Amino acid sequence: MVASSASSTVGRSVPRREGVTKVTGTACYTDDLAIPGAWYGKTVRSTIARGRLRAITLDRHFDWGRVVVVTAEDIPGENVVHLIRDDQPALAPQGGEIRHREEPIVLLAAADRATLEEAARHVGIEYEPAEPILNIEDATEVFSTVNISKGKALEEVEGVEFVVEREFRVGSQEQLYIEPQGAIAIPEPGGAIKIVGSLQCPYYVHRALKRALKLTDQQAVVVQAETGGGFGGKEEYPSMVAIHAALLARKAGRPVRLIYDRHEDLAATTKRHPGVIRHRTGVKKDGTLLAQDIDIVLDGGGYCTLTPVVLSRAAIHATGPYSCPNVRIRARAVATNTPPNGAFRGFGAPQSLFAAELMVEHVAERLGMSGVDLRRKWMLRLGDTTATGQVLTESVGSELVLDAALKAAGTVGRLDGERVKRGRGLSLVFHGSGFTGSGEKKLQGTIAMEALADGTFRILTASTEIGQGTKTIFCQLAADALDVPLERVALGPQDTSLVPDSGPTVASRTAMIVGRLVQEAATEIKQRLERERPPLRVEKSYIQPDTIHWDETTYTGDAYPVYAWACTIVDVDVDMTTGEVHVTDLVTAVDCGKALHPVMTEGQIEGGSLQAVGWATIEEVKMKDGGYQNDRLATYLIPTALDAPRIKTILVENPYSRGPFGAKGIGELPMDGPAPAVIAAIHDATGVWLDEIPATPEKVLAACASR
Amino acid sequence: MRFTLNGREVSFEGSGARRLLDVLREDLGKTGTKEGCGEGECGACSVLIDGEVVDSCLVAVGQVEGCKVITVEGLAEGGRLTPLQQSFIDHGAAQCGICTPGMLLAAHVLLERARRPSADEVREALAGNLCRCTGYTKIIEAVLSCRT
Amino acid sequence: MPHVTYLRPKNIKEALQLYRATPRCRLLAGGTDLMVMLHAGALQPAPQAVLDVWSLSELKGVRRVRDVLEIGAAESYTRIIGSRDAQELVPALVAAARTIGAAQIQNRGTLGGNLANASPAGDTLPVLLAYDAVVVTDRRTIPIDAFFTGYRKTALESDELITAVRLPVGRNVQFRKVGTRAAQAISKVVMAVSREPARIAIGSVAEVPLRAGRAEAALARNDVEGVIAAVAEDIRPIDDVRSTATYRRQVTQNVLRELLDALARG
Repeated sequence: MVASSASSTVGRSVPRREGVTKVTGTACYTDDLAIPGAWYGKTVRSTIARGRLRAITLDRHFDWGRVVVVTAEDIPGENVVHLIRDDQPALAPQGGEIRHREEPIVLLAAADRATLEEAARHVGIEYEPAEPILNIEDATEVFSTVNISKGKALEEVEGVEFVVEREFRVGSQEQLYIEPQGAIAIPEPGGAIKIVGSLQCPYYVHRALKRALKLTDQQAVVVQAETGGGFGGKEEYPSMVAIHAALLARKAGRPVRLIYDRHEDLAATTKRHPGVIRHRTGVKKDGTLLAQDIDIVLDGGGYCTLTPVVLSRAAIHATGPYSCPNVRIRARAVATNTPPNGAFRGFGAPQSLFAAELMVEHVAERLGMSGVDLRRKWMLRLGDTTATGQVLTESVGSELVLDAALKAAGTVGRLDGERVKRGRGLSLVFHGSGFTGSGEKKLQGTIAMEALADGTFRILTASTEIGQGTKTIFCQLAADALDVPLERVALGPQDTSLVPDSGPTVASRTAMIVGRLVQEAATEIKQRLERERPPLRVEKSYIQPDTIHWDETTYTGDAYPVYAWACTIVDVDVDMTTGEVHVTDLVTAVDCGKALHPVMTEGQIEGGSLQAVGWATIEEVKMKDGGYQNDRLATYLIPTALDAPRIKTILVENPYSRGPFGAKGIGELPMDGPAPAVIAAIHDATGVWLDEIPATPEKVLAACASR
Repeated sequence: MRFTLNGREVSFEGSGARRLLDVLREDLGKTGTKEGCGEGECGACSVLIDGEVVDSCLVAVGQVEGCKVITVEGLAEGGRLTPLQQSFIDHGAAQCGICTPGMLLAAHVLLERARRPSADEVREALAGNLCRCTGYTKIIEAVLSCRT
Repeated sequence: MPHVTYLRPKNIKEALQLYRATPRCRLLAGGTDLMVMLHAGALQPAPQAVLDVWSLSELKGVRRVRDVLEIGAAESYTRIIGSRDAQELVPALVAAARTIGAAQIQNRGTLGGNLANASPAGDTLPVLLAYDAVVVTDRRTIPIDAFFTGYRKTALESDELITAVRLPVGRNVQFRKVGTRAAQAISKVVMAVSREPARIAIGSVAEVPLRAGRAEAALARNDVEGVIAAVAEDIRPIDDVRSTATYRRQVTQNVLRELLDALARG
């Protein structure tokens, strides 16, 4: 074997592994699977936001012989969607609580869709309604709290010459993967049930299925089909879809397809947590940052889902990438009667960083300094300590990305006339890669790698390909570590009966944490092949380096193994006739450690940036009576190709010693920076500060008019 | 009724009021055409009818009688990728891939009509196809690189 | 979707016979609205049949007849946009057509469909009002002014078929649509304005596409500030899923001022 021919796939933009199937239409997504004899499933949901379920009645005049009906009483195991807390039932039980308007109550399956729709019209549900709590201000129930404390409270800090206070609001957001949620449940011999579905985390679904259906490890089989986007939206909700499909298939004794249409997906599935964030910042006249006092409230919706972890990430990122000796952060997540909120790219950090970045601007304005100069003064650098007391010992890219973005952005062209005003805004953000605190240590994600007798290699992992490139980069990492041509490495299917649990595909952890395990396994296989013959199998589990310390009780220590950094500069045109904001250009410099696959790295950054631009401008989740009012694609608007800015990405490579080939996780990072930059750009253009996103034309026009 | 699908004559019996999308996917096994919204907003179900890009969720199958319909499966002849398909792979224009079939068909028509479209013309031609992964940048680059 | 019979007439005569003879029958042209509602089961009463007029040759074409441009009711927006006559003679209609959906919708959407649907947000409808277009049916002509009779209601009889739309050539009409997104947007406010004669037509601000009568009267007097004040009295905007009454009111005034400026500049 000639080493040099194979040793350089990392860092090269090799063709996407499943690229050919995706451009020829042969990639098989859940709803593309033809399953002979499968029935269609449907979920009948609550029509009230809060109350009790009194009774379910099936119209006696309808022929129920053609339909399978499942209620909570048909659940063989525990009536719970397994996650952090056991508060969310798979189906609302008789007499049980209704906590949001899309609460699932009855499941139906039939051989054809027309029968199914007709059957649904003959299901009657009686409620005992209660007054719903529909906004943060009215909420009394608290899902979780986080308190972070460093140094003194603002009031006790000496030398503070100015205190700047501001309150910010961030809106909810739909992930809007283009493939809606869906799963097919297939009963198999021995009481087993196989789920094939659109999902990010096979083992989340596996655990949920075992508990609700009372299955053994072997009886529950979860297989990921090709998945048309996730962005966090397919982290937890697929467990619900899978349980429902499995309950129907079990009772029907045949496969059942439960594929959501867009309306149901928008109406019922999780969204980004909206929130209110208040800052008080104490500084000296020369700009020295002395104290930050931050209050965060996130709306968790009807059930807990992943809310405590979202809140945790929000709190840890709430200071922004700045060094401050005295910090108080009080964060809480409350319950309301909206459909539950959950994971969405960034996972709380975009919410709190939005406020932190605008706070820099407000302090700079008060001091008469430029925002860039103030950031240089405040930014975390090598050796600095974060709010949780984490000392940053390596790969701190704050200044690198700021310089790179400023250099690339050039100067902003001004416009003539008053109708359209142009402005520029900047933001600087950081994002912890991997799970928060002891998450990776507790999880101990495991992968396996096999050297096969034919000279090929197979990576076995539950980490999923959802468009971000897992299939390709894992093979690159393994090929380089093995020193073999890329073609000899393949990724096994994401099937829980075949692969170990490498953890969920979330939290910017796949490339950095799981990728590192792939690299280590490949290295070990290479060594063993020097004296052993294939077939060989190696398993690798995550071992927390003993330099990482985290104290969950005091919220101190190393919150993340490392941070990725980004500076984003956006130019906007604000139409003063309509209040419409067009983001024309976006430049973003990202410290990714090492770009394993530059084209895919850029792809993550560009896609995330546009999601953030959408969140900042036109993506507005409108509520009515506890439900989403704009639950169609005709009313929930995301940017089209004509709305998207020209995006320029600069990859800054600032290696991290424990990342594979130096790489850091960057999947979520691009969601953090654009929103505050857009608001700063609107201010630059119009002189108006908005404290709230999305900056819809309605808000922009009103703000400009009242100025 | 009969129509031409990817160069082959096919026949269909059943209500002509059914959506072309459903007939393609469920009766004719052409699952490369995707359903993203069912109301003409996302373009995932784009196909070509007599050389024009349409949302197949908005077309009654009866309306394509005698027409030439092309789906994503009809682009690569004899398994050979078109330059546009290859360009999508090379430029990273397909991520999760669910919008890719529709996106390819919209871009295919543009490149047949305007051999050297500008970036703005590419954006306009693809504005009926939503993508949530790419930010469109790499898709636009992929199309621009296929100008002749 | 319950079973629906698909009917495809060979010509307009057969279409009219079928339309008259078939109970609960809906006309199908490009399908951009009807197919969505049909699939969602949103049509009441549920139709038993659809009558496909999309490919009737009598409903196609863009042709100039002396001082009038006649556009077939089932001609696609794409063909209208591509018509040299339309570009030269009714540029505001071309501008409106270009704002509708994106390529896929423009390839199937039709003027006849926009008219028959009579959505207050129909993008071409204010333009047709500003041009004083004439709706041609199988049996008569209807001035556009008399066409919209209420929320999604028209002057058409139950078996009447729109065959074409006639627009006078040479009128200077300015158009703007406000829809938040650059494509695939339903308007929050959509407006077409002509100075000679004074026409101010606005969509999405009332239950019908509207002629702003008071504002037009002020415009005829050359009282531009009066126009801006009066238009607020003419419109009846509401809060809905897309926007607010307050925004629509403000934007109506702003856009009107902008379009009048554009007309004044020539």
